[in-house]
Amino acid sequence: MVSHEDVKYVAKLARLKVGPDELDRFARQLSGILEHIDKISELDLSGVEPTSHVIGLANVFREDEPRPSVEREEALANGPEVERGAFRVPPILEA
Amino acid sequence: MNLLRLTAVEALALIGKKELTSSELTDACLAQIERHDKDVFAYLNVTGTSAREEAAAVDQLAEDRPELAGLPTAVKDVLCTRGVTTTCASRMLENYKPFYTATCVRQMQDAGIVMLGKTNMDEFAMGSSTENSAYGPTRNPWDLGRVPGGSSGGSAAAVAAGEAIWALGSDTGGSIRQPAAFCGVVGLKPTYGSVSRYGLVAFASSFDQVGPITRNVTDAALMLRFLVGKDPLDSTSIEHPEKITLPEDRDLSGVRLGVVKELVGEGIDPGVMKVFNETVQKMEAAGAIVGEASLPHSAYALPAYYILAPAEASANLARFDGVRFGLRAGGTNDVTEMYEETRSLGFGEEVKRRIMLGTYALSSGYYEAYYGQAQKVRTLIVRDFEKALGEFDLLVSPSAPTTAFRLDEKTGDPLTMYKSDICTIPVNLAGLPAISIPAGLSEGLPVGLQIIGRAFTEPAILQAAYSAEQLMDFKSVSPLIAGQD
Repeated sequence: MVSHEDVKYVAKLARLKVGPDELDRFARQLSGILEHIDKISELDLSGVEPTSHVIGLANVFREDEPRPSVEREEALANGPEVERGAFRVPPILEA
Repeated sequence: MNLLRLTAVEALALIGKKELTSSELTDACLAQIERHDKDVFAYLNVTGTSAREEAAAVDQLAEDRPELAGLPTAVKDVLCTRGVTTTCASRMLENYKPFYTATCVRQMQDAGIVMLGKTNMDEFAMGSSTENSAYGPTRNPWDLGRVPGGSSGGSAAAVAAGEAIWALGSDTGGSIRQPAAFCGVVGLKPTYGSVSRYGLVAFASSFDQVGPITRNVTDAALMLRFLVGKDPLDSTSIEHPEKITLPEDRDLSGVRLGVVKELVGEGIDPGVMKVFNETVQKMEAAGAIVGEASLPHSAYALPAYYILAPAEASANLARFDGVRFGLRAGGTNDVTEMYEETRSLGFGEEVKRRIMLGTYALSSGYYEAYYGQAQKVRTLIVRDFEKALGEFDLLVSPSAPTTAFRLDEKTGDPLTMYKSDICTIPVNLAGLPAISIPAGLSEGLPVGLQIIGRAFTEPAILQAAYSAEQLMDFKSVSPLIAGQD
């Protein structure tokens, strides 16, 4: 079972805010989904290799050649707060 | 003539013979949008002015017309289009205008298509009914009280309603095939890696694949030809080893067809099964050698998918942090608060649920029990398909367990909604190509037939689908299209 504390913890990790009125619903829904997911524990998976990618590509290399990149103006155009050619953000370090 | 009945191939032929102009066809689609999209809501953004300009430009060309010149096309709003708002049906990206175009869209544009607009979807492609759009649900053109499926519900509904000749969708767990089935149109999910994902806003990167939603199989083959290709901007894309040709008139003689026994039993609606069984009988009568195939681990596909896809999503959606693009919540004092407020405001409930589920599955102490085990289940599913597709050329099943359900019927319980994809999800875990084609109606609603093949056998799938299509007495003409006769 997913507890209220679990929901708060996971929300914090994911940088989401979950209101007190949502805790119950998310806890209940996530519990239901995880209960279904736990069906996997019926299987004996010892010795089975994991699959992370299906078409069997390993490293894909390319020549390290310079090529045109994004113009600064374009890169900044969607920024919610832009100042002097940079993205402006709230303070990250304490003064 | 009702232009809305035309398929892409038919329209191209008429345009080529100068019996039809792209402007006439584009205007016909835009007029249909004007008439019906208030109800259907297939489009989040109709780019009517630029569509008319593009069509007029194509009509001016005398010689050397590109191969898809003038075909009015709908684009799912998960694909980046330069200078045209791309929202993923999320408040997070309400005003986002990409400075680049997705490779698959660019390839279609290079071939001359006319973009009609961007279609509605479940937010960030997470959902099976298009009810998770932050801008309101799309409705099914066959019955406006029902959902079109999802997540590419807007694209499927646009094609079914005659609001586009064809459309682009994307499929992570069934998001092309299930809405195609619900809306009585054709939807193809190509082999993973066939189509570049550059410019496709990422949901679950090891599953996502772009593909065609069309009114018939030949159109799907035609569009696929312009979607595939290795792209230096997507290192998981590879050159398709097969030439994508248009299907030919032939029967199903000698095609070994395996009916997936785990996908035709419990949990599948009797009306769907009736249409499916009749279809398989027709295919057998047309020469197919039909037998029973088994994917013994398919019951574990949904659980594995709902660990792996949300885990990938939780990482992919970390980029929405209110810094470089999209929404930013105001009035916050520090950066963590800004992240949390922005993401809580910008994401809808299903997106939050999946981010939390994925974060949980990847968190310390649970990683091995969930993510690690699910990756091993994925191996078992891949092996199941290898074995079944060693015994058979193609596998068949219904595309979805039910026909289109009513709005709000499944919104209260996420797990019930997730189960709408039980027939399609195993295919994504194995990265295989599969198509959904309309097989008939059950109580007036379309039923889809899914045909699955080995990796990179799209030509064989399309050929069998075409042969099967000729056996059906089904025309992909919804009441909204027929209404313009």
